[in-house]
Amino acid sequence: MDLSMLWYLVPSIIMLVCGIYGFMTRKNLIAILISLELMLNSADLNFVIFNRYLFPNSMEGMVFTLFAVALAAAETAVAIAIIINIYRSIGSTDINEVKQMKF
Amino acid sequence: MDTVGNIVLYFIIAIALVVFSIKAVTSKKILRAATYLLFVLIGTAIFYFQLGYQFLGAVQIAVYAGGIMVLFVFAILLTHKPNEKEALLCNHRKTWGIVVAVAAAIVLFFAVFYMPIVHGNSLMACLQASNTITMHDIGVAFTGGERFQYLLPFEAISVLLLACIIGGVTIARKS
Repeated sequence: MDLSMLWYLVPSIIMLVCGIYGFMTRKNLIAILISLELMLNSADLNFVIFNRYLFPNSMEGMVFTLFAVALAAAETAVAIAIIINIYRSIGSTDINEVKQMKF
Repeated sequence: MDTVGNIVLYFIIAIALVVFSIKAVTSKKILRAATYLLFVLIGTAIFYFQLGYQFLGAVQIAVYAGGIMVLFVFAILLTHKPNEKEALLCNHRKTWGIVVAVAAAIVLFFAVFYMPIVHGNSLMACLQASNTITMHDIGVAFTGGERFQYLLPFEAISVLLLACIIGGVTIARKS
C-alpha cells in the first residue's frame, strides 16, 4: 500500500471544514481567531502536498508556505493587539457586543 | 516506497488531526481550544517532516507552536477572568454553521474525488524518490533575484514584520 496524494488531502479538507464551522458558530473573538488559524493551516498543508506530489523537483509550494507562516504570525499579533484593545474598551471579547468601529 | 512505519505514523497523525480539529472548534473552554489547536499544528509539522520538508517542519514548530500559541495563551489569560464559564455557542448560528460546513465539505470532496486536478490520475500519484531539499538550496533561493529566487519577498516580509511589531505596540498601548 502506498500513500497517495488523496490520503494527505482528506485531513486537510476536514481541518478546513472545522475551521469554517468554528468561524460561523463561535462568539468569542479569540476562538474565531483559532478557527482562522485552522483554515490557514490547512491551506499551507495543501501547498506542501501539491508541491511534493505533482512537482517534486521544485520548491515553490514550500516557499509559499514559509511566507504564509510568517504572514500568519504578523496577522495574529495585530489581531490579538486589537482584541486586547477591544477588551479594554468594552470589557468583553464577545463579538455580539462589538458594535462600533470607534470608541 | 512507503514503509509500514510510515503508514502507521500517517494514520496516527491523520486521526489525531481530525479529532483535535473537531475538538478545537467545539470545546467549551477557550484555553482547551487553544491547546487542541497546538496539537493540530504539531501534527501538521509531523506531516511536513514525513513529506520531506524538514526545514518547513522546524519553522512550523518554532513559529506556530512556539510563537503564535504563546500569543494566544497570553491573550486568553489577559481577556478572561479565571473560573469564568461562558457559553461559546449559540443555537441559531449553530445550524447555519453546520449547513455551511457541510456544504463546503461536499464541494471540496466532490472536487477532490471527481475532478482530477492536473492530469488524469494525478491524485493517485505516489511519492517518488525525489531529491531532498537541502539548506543550501533554501539559502540560495532566498538570497537571489533571479527566476525562482525570492530576495524581494523575503525583504518585504521583514519590513512587514517590523510594521506589525510597531502596529501591535501602538494599538495595544494605553493611550
